[in-house]
Amino acid sequence: MDGWPVIQKIADDVKSGRLKAADLVNKSLKAIDGNKDFNAIILTLEDRALARAAEIDKNPSGRLAGVPFIAKDNFLTLGGKTTAASNILRPFEAPYQATAIERLEAEGAICVAKANLDAFAHGSSTENSDWFVTKNPHDKTRVPGGSSGGSAAAVMLNMAPFALGTDTGGSVRLPASFVGAVGVKPTYGRVSRSGVVAMASSTDVIGPITRTAEEAALVLDVMAGKDELDSTTIEKTGSLSDTSFDFSGKKIGIVKEYMQEGLEPGVKSVIEASIDKIKQAGAEVSDVSLPSLPLALAVYYIVCPAEVSSNLSRYDGQRYGYSAAEARDLDESYELSRQQGFGAEAKRRIMIGTYVLSSGYYDAYYKKAQTVRTKIIHEFTDAFSKYDLLIGPTSPTVAFKIGEKTADPLKMYLNDIMTVAANMSGNPAISVPAGLSDGLPVGLQMIAPMGADGPMLAAAKAFEELSK
Amino acid sequence: MSKLSREDVLKLAALSKLKLSDDEIERLRDELSEILDYVNLLDSVAVSGLEPTYQVSGLRNVYREDAPKDYGYKIQDLLKNAPDIQDGQFKVKRVL
Repeated sequence: MDGWPVIQKIADDVKSGRLKAADLVNKSLKAIDGNKDFNAIILTLEDRALARAAEIDKNPSGRLAGVPFIAKDNFLTLGGKTTAASNILRPFEAPYQATAIERLEAEGAICVAKANLDAFAHGSSTENSDWFVTKNPHDKTRVPGGSSGGSAAAVMLNMAPFALGTDTGGSVRLPASFVGAVGVKPTYGRVSRSGVVAMASSTDVIGPITRTAEEAALVLDVMAGKDELDSTTIEKTGSLSDTSFDFSGKKIGIVKEYMQEGLEPGVKSVIEASIDKIKQAGAEVSDVSLPSLPLALAVYYIVCPAEVSSNLSRYDGQRYGYSAAEARDLDESYELSRQQGFGAEAKRRIMIGTYVLSSGYYDAYYKKAQTVRTKIIHEFTDAFSKYDLLIGPTSPTVAFKIGEKTADPLKMYLNDIMTVAANMSGNPAISVPAGLSDGLPVGLQMIAPMGADGPMLAAAKAFEELSK
Repeated sequence: MSKLSREDVLKLAALSKLKLSDDEIERLRDELSEILDYVNLLDSVAVSGLEPTYQVSGLRNVYREDAPKDYGYKIQDLLKNAPDIQDGQFKVKRVL
């Protein structure tokens, strides 16, 4: 299947009449149909997408005019179901759309399909999906990473020029790294989460997955900004997509804790080669230690389940979602609907979350974790008083084999060891393709100061230029 | 820490409004204990003088007018996913 021109060019060509939105939607649907065996897509929104394309072709306008995209299936969309890849939401039809989707549509983009994910975004391999396991476009025996694995695979399979993911502990960056795409985790509050199935509300962010940083910047810029439906959103004070960046004279810190034990030799050598390129481009590169970063995963696996246990309490079988018909009273209806509707990982997280929030354990677990979180934030603040950007690998390994880690939840959790810290602190971070290790993609992670999404995306673009 | 007891798991399940099979209970005893063992590494971290961070946006008390607003949602759309409705309202199983 042919690739796509860059998004900016597609929109220009649609506006000038050289390309038709309807043809672009059909091209996208054809790529989806031709790559069914990768299990990247849960459902298409064919009728709605073609109707929107016909409208756009009558009067094409907007920064994303006629550009097809794919949303992770935890974004509420019209024109088909929204399942979060979970059994409990299997019958759910959203009554309204996510703000992020509305903003993309307002600029002429067209949502064509919904991508697979770990159910409720709980996972880092897309193997926790209650539908099916997505396969890595580079090697069908391997996972695409997760939880936005379907979105990342879809972009690399040319199903659309961009896809949306959510990143609570690394769920955009890890799959981007595993498939060789660009994946952005913006500053906390950058994009409204209204209409996105909530996981851990103090770290959930929405981010684009694309082939290039410049395209990601455009998509993020369209979605960004305050929304009265999500009171955590921050004001957009300038464009995120027109910043320039030159490595010359910039201070870049290599996160020492991410270059140590557990890092695969093949990943290490790709990252070291990337660092050399950045040095040759004139950056002042040195090692920086943030000693509390290795604690971020333990903090995450207290804070995230705590928030998950609260956010998943709304799935009670009464207002929407799966409901156990045989229940005799309300209490039994709650308990049976949740038992039958939730998968093993959701249950694990609900139980852990309930444990760490329960009286007698709250101070020792939840409050302690949130205090260590403060320590991590202080170390980032301190590092960014000396450095423009921090870099390291996105993941200690390349994509692993399907089934390799499913028997051991803790081993699966460790995939996020290098991504979670930015979620706990709120800083923007990005995974950019850095090269291959034994034929499999390796991602370079850049972490930037709070709010510096624009410069970070420009730095990622500058890095892409160095790698050409 | 020692492994969670069957009673511990059942208490958590009751608080979480989850019914669990015997298999699930046994598996969760192992898995929850292993995860809690891992997060216990925070025990030894010194945090004196530090306050907990519950949110990172720096925003405080985001107010809006306490007035109804029409977002264009239709009641029938908001009810269409419910397992049971009556007279335009959610219908639930008996409480007592």
